[in-house]
Amino acid sequence: MSFFGFGQSAEVDIVLNDAETRKKVEHKTEDGKKDKYFLFYDGETVSGKVNVTLKNPGKRLEHYGIKIEFIGQIELYYDRGNHHEFVSLVKDLARPGELTNSQSFDFEFTHVEKPYETYTGQNVKLRYFLRATISRRLNDVSKEMDIVVHTLSTYPELNSSIKMEVGIEDCLHIEFEYNKSKYHLKDVIVGKIYFLLVRIKIKHMEIDIIKRETTGTGPSVYHENDTIAKYEIMDGAPVRGESIPIRLFLAGYEMTPTMRDINKKFSVRYYLNLVLIDEEERRYFKQQEITLWRKGDIVRRSMSQQATIASQRFESPSERVQEPAKEKEDSS
Amino acid sequence: MADAIADTRRLYSKPQSINDAYGPPSNFLEIDVANPETVGVGRNRYTTYELRLKTNLPIFRVKESRVRRRYSDFEWLRGELERESKVVVPPLPGKALFRQLPFRGDDGIFDDSFIEERRQGLEQFLNKVAGHPLAQNERCLHMFLQDESVDKTYTPSKIRSA
Repeated sequence: MSFFGFGQSAEVDIVLNDAETRKKVEHKTEDGKKDKYFLFYDGETVSGKVNVTLKNPGKRLEHYGIKIEFIGQIELYYDRGNHHEFVSLVKDLARPGELTNSQSFDFEFTHVEKPYETYTGQNVKLRYFLRATISRRLNDVSKEMDIVVHTLSTYPELNSSIKMEVGIEDCLHIEFEYNKSKYHLKDVIVGKIYFLLVRIKIKHMEIDIIKRETTGTGPSVYHENDTIAKYEIMDGAPVRGESIPIRLFLAGYEMTPTMRDINKKFSVRYYLNLVLIDEEERRYFKQQEITLWRKGDIVRRSMSQQATIASQRFESPSERVQEPAKEKEDSS
Repeated sequence: MADAIADTRRLYSKPQSINDAYGPPSNFLEIDVANPETVGVGRNRYTTYELRLKTNLPIFRVKESRVRRRYSDFEWLRGELERESKVVVPPLPGKALFRQLPFRGDDGIFDDSFIEERRQGLEQFLNKVAGHPLAQNERCLHMFLQDESVDKTYTPSKIRSA
């Protein structure tokens, strides 16, 4: 008898209807562990069963109601008490009464809006979960089941390259170029660094990917910078007229899509940081924001299409001999 | 196993001219601290070092120069750079005051091995500083490296390329 509330007299379990077929993805939790969760997209229906199992089959379970909730919330680590719920749906499964046997309740949240992507960061967490609750006089019995939501985008209409001339007057002039400003998570950054003037003794050059998580508003804004990747692109001293190619494959790094002002609570942005280091370990750098987006992996390009893209040489307009191959994605 | 396709995408770049590729680099700057000489007699002795500079950087007025400087001149330069520029100035080799105390077994600050150690430290210091784009804008650095003598009553100012 659970007179003092030790040990539950009932167990609650949530099972999805499509548990066999639905894809699971890995997601790192707050303490760094990786777990697998069911993957959902915006607009998908979440349906399943809540199984209530009575520990002592003979004993009746009195309750004040059984319900299931679908919640999407943002939790700021420095303000744990306040959960900001941006999605909150509830379905009542049973009116106050009593259960004599273990029972199963069906539920369906139809075409649920899931506007943001699941995110676990340094100072903030955004999560979606189902919570089944049996309300009781002294203590409720509840069970939570986290799911992961991915937000998908399609190839942007406009995706201009980033091209800029920077430097220190009379000392170092470079022109850097990245082929796009918006990259999907499995994309390749194709670029080049062109040296116009080199009056310092450069030892090597690298490109870093920096993730910046911003939480809070107004006076208390926290920035967390994390260097996700450091990739050396040149070893040795360049001279004027030299062009250093960049080819950086993003699929190898753990990154999320760019998130701007999510529910006015936090942002996650990504920057490419070009760093030149001279013989005396002095660092010269230029940071440039890029937008990352998540592509749905439904379409498979044909081998010939892949070959065309992979061997692309982007011609500069004045030197163009033939039309450059255009990247196309099948919409079917 | 599916055939992998090598992703060899590149951006177009202008080919480099032969002169740019094989000509002298634009960042030539060599500074040596050499030939220490102790001048004077008795308690008024001091050591000077020869600073030899060779460069093709336009910011330097003279492409080859030789001047003589003593340790206190280096200290002066370091102080000027710290005050006038935003550069984090590297440290000089030690002042070695203990070597100036009497009744030492060796030659104190005129000891050969000490002078050699100091020479190396001064050379390292100068190479670090002279290559710094911000330090190169300071009048005091150019005066120190290339003028006949250091005029400590000068007016600090910034230099722009010739």
